[in-house]
Amino acid sequence: MTSLSAESLPVETSEHVVSVRQAVRRRAVELGFSLVDQTKIITAASELARNAIQHGGGGEVIIETIALQGRRGLRLAFADRGPGIADVARAMTDGYSTAGGLGLGLSGAKRLSHEFAIEAAPGTGTRVVIVRWK
Amino acid sequence: MERIPILKMSGFLLVSIQVDMHDQLAMQLQDDLTNRIATSGARGVLIDISALEIVDSFIGRMLANIAAMSRVLDAETVVVGMQPAVAITLVELGMSMPGVRTALDVDRGMALLNASRAAGDTGHDDVPVS
Repeated sequence: MTSLSAESLPVETSEHVVSVRQAVRRRAVELGFSLVDQTKIITAASELARNAIQHGGGGEVIIETIALQGRRGLRLAFADRGPGIADVARAMTDGYSTAGGLGLGLSGAKRLSHEFAIEAAPGTGTRVVIVRWK
Repeated sequence: MERIPILKMSGFLLVSIQVDMHDQLAMQLQDDLTNRIATSGARGVLIDISALEIVDSFIGRMLANIAAMSRVLDAETVVVGMQPAVAITLVELGMSMPGVRTALDVDRGMALLNASRAAGDTGHDDVPVS
């Protein structure tokens, strides 16, 4: 995988959720994503950014344009400073929420992405990486 | 403070969301609309989301909450103008927004509210279809 360009944005406040959405949209448009693909990756970014704030006490996201074997895509890596997740499998279940939300953030973001990875050992914060290919 | 305007038009409340809302702004709209329904006695609320480029679980929940609260206050909410790409994404996200009435555009939404009001005016819930 080659990184073509990357930027890092803070994810601390609900205004940052909006700025992350806008940055992701800009790159998705640059990459020539279809409108549906743009909408999917922006929505996934919005869910993960809000999760990082509500559950992780904030953090950052690295938004990266990548290439692999002639394909180009968008990679988003969210890292927060929170307590991590004790039971990742349970957190990935639709409807499971510890914050009174709908419990669709992680599972929904996974469905809206082509690749999804999560590292969330207790005590080290949570890191979620998603990729959507063009 | 930044706010989404709520218009009153022929007995209905009309909201057109034209900005990329952060979460507090969405919560503010939910509170403002609920209060306006109570103070105005409006029987219908029309929310135009045609300018929204995404609806995530938070905004989806806000729309569902507004619909539920308005129902309790004897008003009906119709959400109009959802972009097809937004609808596709919302379903894949896993949000079905139960209890939220939708229409393709403002005209159809208005027609829906007018029909409900006309049906409601007869004093019967079960209006026979003629």
